[in-house]
This record gives sequence, C-alpha cells and structure tokens, in this order.
Amino acid sequence: MIRPDAPVLLEIRNLHATVGDQPILKGVDLTLRAGEIHAVMGRNGSGKSTLSKLLAGHPAYTVTAGTVRYRGDDLLALAPEERARAGVFLGFQYPVEIPGVSNLEFLRVATNARRLAQGGEELDTFAFEDLVCERLKVVQMDPAFLERSVNEGFSGGEKKRNEILQMALLDPLVAILDETDSGLDIDALRIVSAGVNQLATPDNCILLITHYQRLLDEITPDFVHVMAAGRILRTAGKELALELERRGYDWVDEGLASSDHAEADATALEVA
Amino acid sequence: MVSLAMSPVTAPGSASTAWLESVLKAFEPSLPAPGASLGGLPRRRSAARDELRRTGLPPTRQEAWRFTSLAPLIAVPPQVLPVPELLGPKPDHPPASGALRLYWDGDRDPLAGMDLPEGLSRLETGLQDSLLGTVLEVAGTTGSWLVRFNTALAGQVLALRVRGNVAVPLELVSDCGQGSGVRPLRLLLVMEEDASLDLLEVHRAAGTSLTSVLVEAQLAPRARLRYGVLAQGTESSCLLAHLAVSQAPASELDLTTAAGGWGLVRLEPAIIQVQGSAATRLRGLQVSRDRQIADLHSLVRFEGPNGQLDQLQKAVVDDAGRSVFHGAVQVPQAAQRTSASQLSRNLLLSDRARVDAIPQLEIVADDVRCTHGATVTRLQQEELFYLRSRGLGADQAARLLLDGFCDEILASLPKSASRWEPANALLRQALPR
Ligand SMILES: Nc1ncnc2c1ncn2[C@@H]1O[C@H](COP(=O)(O)OP(=O)(O)OP(=O)(O)O)[C@@H](O)[C@H]1O
Ligand SMILES: [Mg+2]
Repeated sequence: MIRPDAPVLLEIRNLHATVGDQPILKGVDLTLRAGEIHAVMGRNGSGKSTLSKLLAGHPAYTVTAGTVRYRGDDLLALAPEERARAGVFLGFQYPVEIPGVSNLEFLRVATNARRLAQGGEELDTFAFEDLVCERLKVVQMDPAFLERSVNEGFSGGEKKRNEILQMALLDPLVAILDETDSGLDIDALRIVSAGVNQLATPDNCILLITHYQRLLDEITPDFVHVMAAGRILRTAGKELALELERRGYDWVDEGLASSDHAEADATALEVA
Repeated sequence: MVSLAMSPVTAPGSASTAWLESVLKAFEPSLPAPGASLGGLPRRRSAARDELRRTGLPPTRQEAWRFTSLAPLIAVPPQVLPVPELLGPKPDHPPASGALRLYWDGDRDPLAGMDLPEGLSRLETGLQDSLLGTVLEVAGTTGSWLVRFNTALAGQVLALRVRGNVAVPLELVSDCGQGSGVRPLRLLLVMEEDASLDLLEVHRAAGTSLTSVLVEAQLAPRARLRYGVLAQGTESSCLLAHLAVSQAPASELDLTTAAGGWGLVRLEPAIIQVQGSAATRLRGLQVSRDRQIADLHSLVRFEGPNGQLDQLQKAVVDDAGRSVFHGAVQVPQAAQRTSASQLSRNLLLSDRARVDAIPQLEIVADDVRCTHGATVTRLQQEELFYLRSRGLGADQAARLLLDGFCDEILASLPKSASRWEPANALLRQALPR
C-alpha cells in the first residue's frame, strides 16, 4: 500500500560495499516506507543477497561509501543483534543449520530479546509455547519441528517456513525476505505467501527478493526494482516483473552500458 | 611451587622424585589389625609402592605421556587430603529423587548406615579378595602408572555386587572442596548375568588437590551398565582416573565421561570385550582453558567376534588450553565381524589452544567394519551470524553454539546428572570472551 505521507522506515543512499577488495555494491539507492511491499529482482550474482546480508550486519561486507538510515538512525552503526532487536529482519536465502541447538529454545531466546527491546515482558517457557503454537499456524508448520535442532535436517522448504515463523515471532518493521520462495512446492508457496500477507501491516514494510513472478502473483508488490551489477537499475510498479518474465534480462546490458556512460560523463564533469 | 606450575615439562629428577616419595610416606600403610581382612589390598599395595619407587613419575618422553605435562601434579601438597567433619547432602545439589547417593572420600565407608536398594549389595570380602585386580589383568593395564599410583595409596575399596535390575540410579560423589592433598578412591563393581545399573560418578575439587580413581567393573553376560563420570575441577586441581571394564558376550556398556576445568585431568577407559559379541558405547567431552590439560587415553579390545564399538570423543579448548585424545582400538584375528567407529571432534576457541587427537587402530582381523575420523573446527561464523541476526548477543550466541556442541555428549550421561547442571559446570569457565 503506497501512502506518500507514510513514515520512511529504511533509506539507503548511494551504498557501496566490498568483500575483501572486490566491490560488489556500487551505489544502491532505495527508500522503503511503512505499508509498502518492494520486490527486488535481478540476475544471479547481481548483489541482492549481499545487500540483504549487509543490512542485517554480516561481518563479511565493508561499506565503503553511502548511508543506511533506519527510522532516521544510522543502521550501519549497530551490531547485528541490535538491528534485529530494533526490528530489522532477514529471511535467509540459505538458512543455517545449527546442530545441538534446540529450535524451540532458539526461538524463545530470540523472541524475548526482541520483546525486551520493544519494552515488553519476557515470556516464560509456558507463555512462549502458547505464542509459538499460535504463530505456527501462520505458516502451517508441524510443532514437531520445534523439538529439533535449528534447521538441522530440515528440507529446503521446511527451512523457509521456519524463517517465516521467525518473522511471525519477531514482529519486524523491516522484513527482507531473500528468495523465500525458492525450494517451496506449489502448496507451500501459497501457504507461506498467505503468511507473509497476513504479517504485512500498514506499519511495517517488506523487501522481497525473488526470481519469479509466481511469488508476486501471491504477494502483490507496490514497487519492483531491478538490480544489476550492484545497483538498482530500474524501478517501476508490479508490471515490471511481468515484463521481465517476458523479456529476460538482456536489455539490462544496454541499460548498464548507458548508465556507465552517464557515470563516465559525470566523472568527467567532476574532473573538469 | 609457582615455578613448578609454570614449567612446561616435568621438572627432571629430584623435584618429582621427592614429591612422589613424600606422597608415599604420607600414605604409609598402617599395620592391619590382627585378623582383619582387607581383601588382598595390602599385598598389592606394597608391591605397587615398590614399583613406583623404582619407576618414579611417568616420563613425558614415554609415548603415552608425551603430551601431558605433570607440573600441576607435583604442585599438589604431598599429603592425605583432609576429610571434612560432616558428610551429607550439599544444599546446592540435592540428590535426584529416587536416586541413591553415596559420598566417597577414600577414608570413611560410603556404605555405612545406608539402606541399599534391591539388587545392590556389598561384595563379600572373600570374593573381593579373589576378584580385585582381575579386570586390570584382563585389560593388561596393571602396569599403567595411574593404576600403580592408586594401588600404592588406596587403603580401602568400595566393592559392590549388582544382581538383577537395580531400579534406583546410583550416584557416587567425591567432593574435595577447598582441601589440599591427595585422595585415592577405588571401586570394584561386579555385575552378574542380566544385571543392570545406572551409575553416575561425580568428582569435584576447588583446592590444590589430586583425586586418583581406579575402577574395575566386570560385566557378566547380558549385564547392562550405564556409567557416567562428571568431573568439574579448577586450575589447581588434578584428576587421574583409570576405568577398566571387562564385558562378557551380550553385555552393554554405555560410558560417558565429561570433564572440565582441571589443571590436569587424565582419564583412561580400558574396555575389553572378553569374547567379543558385546556392545560398547563411549561418549566423552573434555573442556580446557587457560593452561589446563585434558587428556583421554582410551583402549578398546575385542577378544572375540561380532563386537561393537561406537565412540565419540569431543573437546572444547580455549586460551592456551590443551586437549589430548588417544584412542586405541584393537581388533585381533579372533575378532572377525567387529564393527567399530571412532570419531573425535574438537572445537578450538583460541589460536593458542592445542589439540592432539591420535586414533590408534590395530586391526588384524580381515572381515571387519572399522571407521575413524577426527575434526578440528572453530565456532562457525555463519552460525554465529545467524543467531545474532535474530537478536542474540555475540556471547550468548557463542554460548548457545558451545552448549549445542557439548549437548550431544552430556545428554547421554545418566539422568540424575542433570541435577549437577553439567553444561553450566563445565562451560562456565570456557566461555569465549
Ligand atoms: N563473502 C563473499 N566472498 C566473495 N564473494 C562474494 C561474497 N559474497 C558475495 N560475493 C560475490 O558477490 C556477487 C554478488 O553475490 P550475491 O550473493 O549478492 O548475488 P545474488 O544477487 O544474491 O545472486 P543469486 O540470485 O544467485 O542469489 C557474486 O559475484 C558473489 O560471488
Ligand atoms: Mg542471493
């Protein structure tokens, strides 16, 4: 839902980032307001996961230029756990398996960390079990998964459901869902999408990273962005995704070439 | 003392010899009362004293001790560890309901005044006489330094017989508290055919002390022993334990050892399947930090066909801590169709931490399935990040990963162990900072 007067939750300006010496993000601009759903698409390796992990605070990436503001504050100054407690959530493209750590225990500790930051009360084991049973319904997940180790031996689709369960528990203001649809069967895709729709409110915003229109058939985006070579190359409404489905990404190369010219011109101007 | 504690290898010659001599003097056997039978102990004891005087402390040149510094040992005052006046349940860890707890101090009789549950009884002195030492002979470990040292010092044996299924879990607790000195403990456990028992041994020490343990357990056909050793020490305390078990066919041994915090801990499980066809499951966890040394030398031998071994040994090492695992598995010609797996998994928390994991498979039989492996890893950055991205602080995330690593072992301790909060006890001091 687009409301021009809605508060800006996340504002990314001219973000540049490297892994080691290798530049990966080369000037990302993106603004997310409360109530909005954004989709980011783009070729493999264009930098989508890098952007999402960087926003969550992954230590592998170094920001070399630009800013990220979360509700007006400098997000990049926060440790990963502080970002999460403040309401930034990343649904991982590849959720990590953690043998020996109980999923239920992990979910409880995480939920309580967020609740404390929101000024709420910590939940004891019993109250938490009530809450988690209720939230399991959002993704129609079997309670048996709570008894297992975090993601250990979960199928691809089960891992993705577990991610959305975490989103449902943590009640984020900015949710970045990195290819949540990959690995889901047709029914699971519907269930998970319905869950995400249920969790989308006028107060939060969602950034969906996906390769496929079928997810956007279920969750209607307000904006579709195309990422290429570490930048947002084009932004439009939901019809852009349909166009990509038809045309693929070949046009991107022309777009990149011309924007490289533009950049070169700009540099030339600066030098002059 | 300080210079001894800091020296990386045994002070050669004089210091260690003097220490050993003083210990032997402190444990000079008193003459037995006329007519009193001590179950074959005195003869063995004086022989072991002579042996020790001849050989001294184990030389760290010897392969079996190559990685183990004895400095923490000879820093222990060579005296009998004083026994506190009162024994009784410590308020911080009441026994699990339904469990039988025995306090073990090497001096008083742990069975005095206790009502033993059905199936558990004191072994008759005559039997004790004839059985003491037999498991060690079967294992071929009579000459182990730990065995000799304990034999030279221990003035009494806790000798138990198990008949049928003992429904009550047994807990043997030795707490040296802040005391300084040496405490020798010896256990003889005889399990009859079809007997079954859950046994948890707890060792705690907070002073400059040395606990020396010698266990012989004999499992008759179809006997089942679930045996846990939970040992929590501090920088200045040492634990040396030799655990010898002989297994008859169709018997089951499930042995879990968990030790952490000791200046020096060395455990020597020695398991012999006397005719094969038995099941042995070994689980071990050792945690060391600062300059602590944790050493587990295990021996499993199959003397007949169709035996099974499932061994998993884990270590968590921080700071300049050191962990040694030496796992001997012997499968002679007679042990056809043996199935044995051994895995050692080590978690390093610092660059100075050191792990020496040495499998030693001696396989002569040809029709066997034996696997072994060792891994050394660090806390996984991707796992840490995943947890932090859900709001867990860096320390909390690391602690959760550590708990997860250890839980696989701790979960197989006998149930009454949960009273001692093993994860807390062992990991409290091992947290990365
Ligand atoms: N930690 C890293 N080390 C080295 N290279 C990296 C690292 N992270 C990302 N890259 C590189 O950065 C580029 C962008 O990767 P990223 O994972 O962000 O792509 P993506 O758009 O998410 O692709 P996909 O659609 O396949 O998921 C790739 O070339 C990738 O190899
Ligand atoms: Mg990606």
